[in-house]
This record gives sequence, C-alpha cells and structure tokens, in this order.
Amino acid sequence: MPVIQAQNLTKKFGDFTAVDGISFEVAPGESFGLLGPNGAGKSTTMRMIGGTSLRTSGSLTVLGLDPEERGPEVRASLGVVPQQDSLDEELRARDNLIVYGRYFGLPRAYLETKADELLEFAQLTEKAKAKVNALSGGMKRRLTIARGLVNEPRILLLDEPTTGLDPQARHILWDRLFRLKEQGVTLVITTHFMDEAEQLCDRLVVIDHGKIVAEGSPQALIREYSTREVVEVRFGSARNAAMEAELRGMAERIEVLPDRILLYARDGEGLLEQISRRGLNPLTSLVRRSSLEDVFLRLTGRSLID
Amino acid sequence: MSDVMAPVKERLANRPSWLAPLYAGNASAVIERGFRVIRNANWGVIATGFFEPVLYLLAMGVGMGALVGGVPGPDGREISYAMFIAPALLATSAMNGAIYDSVNNVFFKLRYSKVYEGMLQTSLGPMDVALGEIFMALFRGLLYAVGFLGVLGVMGLVTSWWALAMIPVALLIALGFASLGMAVTSFMKSFQQLDLVPMVLLPMFLFSSTLFPISVYPGWVQGVIQALPLWHGVELMRQLSIGFFSPMTLVHLSYFAGMTVLGITLVTFRLRKLFLR
Amino acid sequence: MTDVRHEQPVVTFTGLDHAALAARTRRWGWLHYARYRQASEGPFLVTALMLAIGNPILYLAAMGLGLGSIVQADVSGVSYLHFVAPGLLVATVATTGAQFGTWPIFGGFKWIRNYLAAQATPLEPGQMAQGETLAIGVRLFVQAAIFWVIGLAFGAWPGGWSLLAIPIATVAALAMFTPLMAYSATLEEEGLHFNFVQRLIIMPMFLFAGTFFPLESMPIYLQWVGWVSPMWHGTQLARMASFGLAVPPWLVGVHVVFLLACIVGGQVWAHRTFTRRLVR
Repeated sequence: MPVIQAQNLTKKFGDFTAVDGISFEVAPGESFGLLGPNGAGKSTTMRMIGGTSLRTSGSLTVLGLDPEERGPEVRASLGVVPQQDSLDEELRARDNLIVYGRYFGLPRAYLETKADELLEFAQLTEKAKAKVNALSGGMKRRLTIARGLVNEPRILLLDEPTTGLDPQARHILWDRLFRLKEQGVTLVITTHFMDEAEQLCDRLVVIDHGKIVAEGSPQALIREYSTREVVEVRFGSARNAAMEAELRGMAERIEVLPDRILLYARDGEGLLEQISRRGLNPLTSLVRRSSLEDVFLRLTGRSLID
Repeated sequence: MSDVMAPVKERLANRPSWLAPLYAGNASAVIERGFRVIRNANWGVIATGFFEPVLYLLAMGVGMGALVGGVPGPDGREISYAMFIAPALLATSAMNGAIYDSVNNVFFKLRYSKVYEGMLQTSLGPMDVALGEIFMALFRGLLYAVGFLGVLGVMGLVTSWWALAMIPVALLIALGFASLGMAVTSFMKSFQQLDLVPMVLLPMFLFSSTLFPISVYPGWVQGVIQALPLWHGVELMRQLSIGFFSPMTLVHLSYFAGMTVLGITLVTFRLRKLFLR
Repeated sequence: MTDVRHEQPVVTFTGLDHAALAARTRRWGWLHYARYRQASEGPFLVTALMLAIGNPILYLAAMGLGLGSIVQADVSGVSYLHFVAPGLLVATVATTGAQFGTWPIFGGFKWIRNYLAAQATPLEPGQMAQGETLAIGVRLFVQAAIFWVIGLAFGAWPGGWSLLAIPIATVAALAMFTPLMAYSATLEEEGLHFNFVQRLIIMPMFLFAGTFFPLESMPIYLQWVGWVSPMWHGTQLARMASFGLAVPPWLVGVHVVFLLACIVGGQVWAHRTFTRRLVR
C-alpha cells in the first residue's frame, strides 16, 4: 500500500494556480523526487502533504489519513525539512532539538539523549550551546535536517535540502540520506538540481507550472526523452543562431540556447568529429552524457536554472 | 524499528473528530518553549517592561496631581489624582501587553521569524499554538500586574484588600484583548496594517476615563466610550482599588466575559486561516 | 574637482562623464540622498499622514480639553489648553523624531540595506547621514505645521508668534534624532537595544519634559530628567513664543545652545559611525 497517494491535487492562491491537478503515489521505503524549477509548485505540494497548506480540490492521503482532517496525527510520522530554515532563533542549537521534540509530545528523558545523538549526526556537537544566529548557513541547514529526524519519522520530506550548501556538505548530507533510506525511511525530495535528483531518487516526477509533465526513474526519463550523449558547442553569442542551419540534420535534435548549442546524439565524439570535418570550428566544445537537465529542456523548452 | 512515537500516535488517534485537525492536546509544549525563551531572555527587558506604567504614574500622579487636586472616586468621595489614575494605568498596561503579544508578536512570528511554521511541522495543531501563546501572554501580564500592584501598595494608592483582586481582573482583561487581538491578526496581511493598532489603542487610552472622568463630555460621547472595552476595565479596577462595588461591577465583569467568549470563538474559527495557507 | 558646479552637464558628447558625476555626487550627494529617502517613504505616506493629523486632534482633545477641564487654576498664567498645546506640539514631533532615529536607521543597514546600495555609488557615508537628517527634518517640519494648523481649530494659540513653535519643534525633534541615528548605526544585531532606548530614554524624556505640567512641580530629584531632555528645552522655547512664558535670558541661551549642541554633536557622531559601518 502506498504511503502517500495524491489524486488531482490542486491548490489555488486567488487567481494563481500553484498546483494544477497532480496525481502520484509513493511506495514505502521509496525515494521519491519532485523535480522542477522554482515556482513550479513543489513546496506547496510538500506543505499539503504535511497538512499545513489546505488544498483547493483533489484528494490526498498520507499513511492512509487525510492530512487536512488529521494533521497532528499525520505529522507525528513525518519529518519536515523546509526550504527555508525555520529554526527557533530565540533558542540555542541543542534546545531547538529538544523543544521541537517536545512539540511531538516526546518524553524529556528520551530527548536528552536523542538531542546529543542528532548533534553528532549533524556534526554540531561543539555548537550545542550556540545561538542559532551564530551558526553558518550550512550549519543551520544541518541543524534543520537533524531536527526533522527527532521523531524518527517514517516519511522524511526534504524541500531543496542542499540549496546553499557547499559541495562537500552536500555529499555528507547525501550520505546521511542514503543511510536513512537503508533503514527503511521513505524520502520525498524536491530539488531543482539534476545531479541531486539522479543521486537520490529512485523515481521522480517532473513538475512545471503546477503540472506533472513526466514520471519515471532518472535513467528511464533520460532514455525516453533524450539521447545517450550530448555535444555542447559555442560559436560566440552572435553566431550561435546562424550556425543552427548548418548543423541541422547532423543530430537527432538541436537546442539553441543563448550562449550555446546542444546537439543530441547517441555517439557524441563521432558527431563532434563530423562537425570539425565540415570545417565548422566551434570556439569551445564538450561531449557529455545526457542528464535530467536535458529531459527538462526537452519537456518544457526551458532550463531548470534560469 | 521500534517506534518512539507509538504512544503519542495512539493518543492522537483517539481524539474526537472535530478536534483532530486542530488540537493535539499538547499546548504545554508551546508553554515550555515560552519559559525556555524567558529563561534565556535578558532580564533587563522584562524588568524595564514595567517601567512604563510606573513612570506614567510618577509623572502624571505627582506632576499633574499638583495641578488637578482631588477627583471624585467611584463612590463619589474625592480621591487624590494619583489614586484616580493608578488603577487605570494597570488596566491600560494589561490591554497593551495583551495586544502586543497577540498582534505584533504573533504577526512577527508568523511572517518573519517562522516560529509557528516550525511548530506546525510537528504534531502540534493550530489550537495548541494559540492556547500556548495566549497562556504565555497571560503569564507576562501576571508578572507585570503583580509588580505594578506592589508599587501601588508601597505608594499607598490602594486602600482595600479587594485590590488583590486586581490581579485576576488584569488577567481577565488581558484574556479578552488577547483572544480578540489574535482573531484580528488572522485578517492582517502586511506590516503596514500593524500601524493601525496604535491608532485604535491610543484614543482608547486617552478617552476611557483613564486620566480624567468622562463626565466632562457630552452624553453621546460618553455613550461611545462606554461601549469600548478599556472603559469597563478602568472602572472595574478603580472600584477594586478602594473596595467599592455597584451593579455596574457586574456589567463590567460580564462585558469582559462576553468579550473573551467572542474572542475565543472567533479565534477558533479563524485558526486555520491564521496558521495554515 | 570639488568646485564643479551643480549645473555642469554630466552627460557630455563623449558619453557619461564619470569624473564629473563623481564630483557632483561628492558635492551634492546629501541632497540626492535626501530626495531618495523621501521617495522611499512613499508607501508609508498614508499611515504617516493619518498619524500626523490624528495625533494632534487626539492629544489636544484629550489633554487640552478633557484633562484641562479638571485643572482648577491657570497654569503659568494661562489656561491649561494654552499651556499644554506648545508642549504637546514639541513632544509629539520630537517623539516621532526619536523613532525615526531607531528602527528605520538600523533597518537601513540591516534589512533594507539602502545604505549599502547607496554606498555602491560615489556617495559618502557622512553625506548619507546629512541627507537622512535633511529628509527627516523636512518631514518633522511638515508634521509640526499640521499640528499647528489643527491647534488653530482648537483655539490653542493665543497669538501669531506661536508659529515659531513649528521650527522650534523641528529643532527639538532633530536634537533627539541625530544622536539616536548615530547610535543606531553602531548596532550590528537586532536585539533589545531599542527596547531600552524606548523605555529608559525616550519615554522618561517625554513624561518628565514638563509637557503636561511645569517641570518645577516635580520634586527636584526628578527634574534633572527634564533638563537633559531636548523636549523640555524645546517646550520652554515654544511656550515663550506662544504665550510669552517668562524665561530669564540666560536660560533662553541655555535652551538654544543645548538643542543646537545635540544636533551638531549627533551629526558629527553619525558621520563617524556611518563611516565606520560602511567603510571597512
């Protein structure tokens, strides 16, 4: 039985439709991703799952319960890591964990040990008594994530978990998330980073303008909507558009972006050779494997990060 | 994996269905947070918080008292000007504190510091948050009321043991304003709207027989003032300070009882609008 | 280059003359900044106007008429309304001035960051502080004038010389504003500082400034609060202008010098704190 089930989920703010009739299911222990640009409706969907945003129409169950009808009960099994840290700035780091645990109705004795364990997990043991405002951005993020684990949630909702983290901190976090997944925790992750989605998600939906435009595993999506490899060439911003005509027909598909041209092909190196044989000498060129970025470009005609 | 939340979940599963979306029966966790914040807070701020009514009392009671002389008290007998304004200042300070906590503080925590967002990511419901915050507002009100009454006692400005009842009455006044204030906050959208609050409180403070009796006004103005809550609070406090009661005492008390019931009902209906989007 | 006149064209045939632009900013920056400051107040204009009109009506009605009706004798030789009106004018405008010196200045550094934005231009920190004072001064003057006009309707002014209360109130308000502005520019963290400023400085200065009663009716050990309050010095001058309060000439000198010293001292201090904050 799926742990989350959404049917035609819709959320309107006045005239603006943030989430436009999306349907999806998340299986227990699965790592499920919502991929899309900023403003696509991912965060709103997350908030509806936690019952802190009221849907306009459609149905939604989390662990068999409607979060709108039984919000506190649903959230007892959820860990929430919001996009913007909502740490309590009037409390110190360790007190943030303890007080947050008390909100769940957990006993103080349990929380005393759990807080130390979580500080360890977040590598913040030395910062236990620090004021929240004295922590760096990355530390605040780790504390927020640790806080989301205080009730040992069955489902962890992570909204843009690594935005603002440096590469090293991201990898540490990814490692922690893998371990949670191994313990059977269901992960629901929104991200606009392709590499993150590819690293973490078993399955994902691509969301644009509040609608699901594709669904599948990262590999399946790439297979379905892109080619195996991509050649990126630059001729300088003045010439890129003019070169399109010359290149047409050489690749399965061409995307002309303001700063570069993307050529989709099974064999990238071969295509690049072919291009230089024709005497078209790009200023720079690069052959790479297709990514979810290409899937998104194909599906929406836009890049994920503007 | 053993579930640490099992007892909590069991309790939550057995709530009556009308409470299920709103209340987890855990307002005490919000109160616990409040006390932790107070413990970490700067005690100077808490101490100076009660300077305001005391300074008003010193300045107006002493300075203005020299110009005014005696004023008719609740029982018609003349009392000193300081005795006249002291209970009014206590009522006003209960109002100001409650409104500040339920409007400015709540709005700030909703829109800016995201404290409530954090709370509502847990198994707390909006009603836990509202109850906890109103309790904390009352606790602060209690501190200030006790402190101010102590000052009045030392200065000899209360003449009856009934004055001790000014403390629970200050809490009743605070509860009335806090619940109504929180309901009003649920309609607020921008920081600019917060500027409207003093525009309501200041005239109420200036005209509700705080600094001079309302008998100086024509009848219809008196009627308007008597419809407003602060006047009832001021009159009630004044009666308690000398231990004089009349049928109006009941009217004042019922006014605040009604205001509290109205406020809490409104807040309950507006809870989702206030905390959920 | 500092003698470049304001009129000199900045946009020349060779394009934007950056040297001239910079020189002009150096000379006139405080004025540009003041204009910018006024423009940025736009959204709050309605609220500000409501307060500027509402406060005089409320205070004059409550204190002048209501409280006045239970004051038994003339105060300083005039009716209570005539006595209290100049005090209320100075006190309300000066309180506004003090408030402008706290959160808005701090917020400018911390949240809105308009000083940081302005700093990316050739504007110098000291000029921002000057522009700030000018812009606020204009607003306070307008607020004082509105108060005076409303006072007319209440019959609060016995004579035409009371018009002088408008500039006097503006000066007293700036005497509150510039030192607080300088102080606010030193604050890095939003904390409880302004709570203390409000409760331990602004409020006592307001209550013990002889606004509602002559300062002499206070015990001597409380009178000093009035002596260090720009509001009291301003109120005394405004009362002289309005109904001819008798003040010995040496004391008039003290009032004037005290207010000007606060403004200039505050401005010099602000020059320093703005520079220290923005140039590091």
